[in-house]
Amino acid sequence: MGYFEGFLVVAKQHRLFGGKRLTKNYSGGRVAKKNVAKGGEADPHGDDEKAPKPERLHGRHVLNRYEDGMEKCIGCELCAGVCPAKCIYVRGADNDPDAPTSPGERFGFVYEINYLRCIHCDLCVEACPTEAITESKLFEFSFTNRQDAIYTKAELLVGDDGKPQQLPWEDWRAGEDLNTSGWMRATSPSGDAEFEGIPGWSGELGYGVRTPEPSQDVRDQKGDK
Amino acid sequence: MSAAVLAIDGLVEKLHWSTVLIVLLKVLIVFVVGLVVTMFMVWFERKIIAGMQNRVGPNKAGPFGLLQTLADGIKLFFKEDLLPDRADRVVFRLAPFLAFVPAFLVWSVIPLGGDFTHGKDGVIKIFGERTLVQLADPPIGVLLLLALSSIAVYGIMLAGWSSGSKYPLLGSVRASAQMVSYEAALGLSIASVLLISGTLSTHGIVGGQSGFTNWHVIATGFVPFAIFMIAATAELNRPPFDLVEAEQELVGGFNTEYSSLRFALFFLAEFMNTVTMSGVIVTLFFGGPQPLTIDIGNVEWNGDLHLGPFNGTVWFIAKVLVFLYVYVWLRGTLPRLRYDQLMNLGWKVLIPISLGWFLLLAALRLANDNDWNRYVVAGVSIAVLGLCASLLMAAVRVSAKNREREGAMF
Repeated sequence: MGYFEGFLVVAKQHRLFGGKRLTKNYSGGRVAKKNVAKGGEADPHGDDEKAPKPERLHGRHVLNRYEDGMEKCIGCELCAGVCPAKCIYVRGADNDPDAPTSPGERFGFVYEINYLRCIHCDLCVEACPTEAITESKLFEFSFTNRQDAIYTKAELLVGDDGKPQQLPWEDWRAGEDLNTSGWMRATSPSGDAEFEGIPGWSGELGYGVRTPEPSQDVRDQKGDK
Repeated sequence: MSAAVLAIDGLVEKLHWSTVLIVLLKVLIVFVVGLVVTMFMVWFERKIIAGMQNRVGPNKAGPFGLLQTLADGIKLFFKEDLLPDRADRVVFRLAPFLAFVPAFLVWSVIPLGGDFTHGKDGVIKIFGERTLVQLADPPIGVLLLLALSSIAVYGIMLAGWSSGSKYPLLGSVRASAQMVSYEAALGLSIASVLLISGTLSTHGIVGGQSGFTNWHVIATGFVPFAIFMIAATAELNRPPFDLVEAEQELVGGFNTEYSSLRFALFFLAEFMNTVTMSGVIVTLFFGGPQPLTIDIGNVEWNGDLHLGPFNGTVWFIAKVLVFLYVYVWLRGTLPRLRYDQLMNLGWKVLIPISLGWFLLLAALRLANDNDWNRYVVAGVSIAVLGLCASLLMAAVRVSAKNREREGAMF
């Protein structure tokens, strides 16, 4: 009776019969925004919880800065070239020799990402020669017009404390702005297993040189997936 | 001109302001309740299926997400109404209404309440007028149900054809083939019910089912009910028979090119059909507003819920809810059938079985009327039907073998 057993299996998934609820009661930021506007915590009762996310999740981009506050982007447009969705628009300009924006010769003068097109593939992160663009773990941002969907350089660039800017239509929770370069730090330099666990990246404003992700055997021991 | 001529309500004798008012009130109630019930059916389905898949389901709009459908409806209302360049303009605009109106009209012949226990006729009194708790009680009630479900095919077929696009066309071709094939099994299983009840009026069918053993699901021996249930699921294009809207193959099926209010009408019609079909099943096989009476040994219960005139309505709603859950359950459990499996099930399994069962019931009925030996008649009928079944199976097997030799796909 294998065919009909399926009916029982399905019915048993109801919470009434001991089924487990795997997803969270998340409102997409609406409730949190209301709570914050009232001057309280985003989720005081624990009923508007986000589902836990993996460390390397591809979310909203940030444009990083060096520890001295200089922008990392050199306006090379490699990210725009590699983007399969053609959602990145970059224009570079020469640095002012007296007050340079980035350490190199040029800097990203215009930097725009259209999130109606972005597929969060992270190819831009891999293409970037200076680790200027990385992805945070935030994907709970829902805008109501196309202008908001196009993030400009002013919105993408990290603030003076090295943390991503929190825009009104984004739902940031405590601790989520810490891990803005998870996927980048997971790759060992030149993709060689011998360099696993060795930092191959420059320092970031507010954090210094970040520690690499634990190597595979350590992760296996800890039982992390 | 009497109301009987208008065929509004056979019980209303004279055309009086109160009779008109009653009819208008009934129309209003059936219309509003139909819409609201459909709205909650969408919510019910999403919530139950979410529970079956360990999800939360709609829970933000209104309490428990009850107003989610309303929010979706408002969104659809304000969307742009697209008309494809290659569409047949008139038919494209007409099709949603052809799907929607029959879905609504089915409500008019289903008895929604009233007291039918102990042979009572379910008549209630409003404003001193005797009337039934159903919009209309035409003498051809069941035929009307079948006719309306046939017309609903046109809505889907014309929608796909007039879209001027290939996937909707494929979807509608599948729809018409599927609905026409299963209508035969549907009609034959209804025939068994009509044989027992002896009337085509839905009111009469309900009236004949007082007491659990008289419910047609028992009286016709369960098989017509099972066939009706399967054929109705196919008729509704619901999973596992939703080849019409098989997303993986046909984008959205017949309604791919539709948007805005026109799509909303299709959506509404689909869910309303589910509710009305549950109502039809309850009316034909489970006694409609008849209460479930229990009489086993010492335990005796006449099914009275102490709700006065609403007793029948509550029973009706409870029974319909059970079938709505079953429909959602089917959707949550069964994978979609392949097209040849669908046609095989319809033509080679359901139609022969329902026809055979109908003949068996007819033979038993004849034996009963003529005082023949019931067991001999049953034995002879089963032997004859068994012979026919084996001949049919042999024919099917031979033709399958021939086609295999010719190298056909199915």
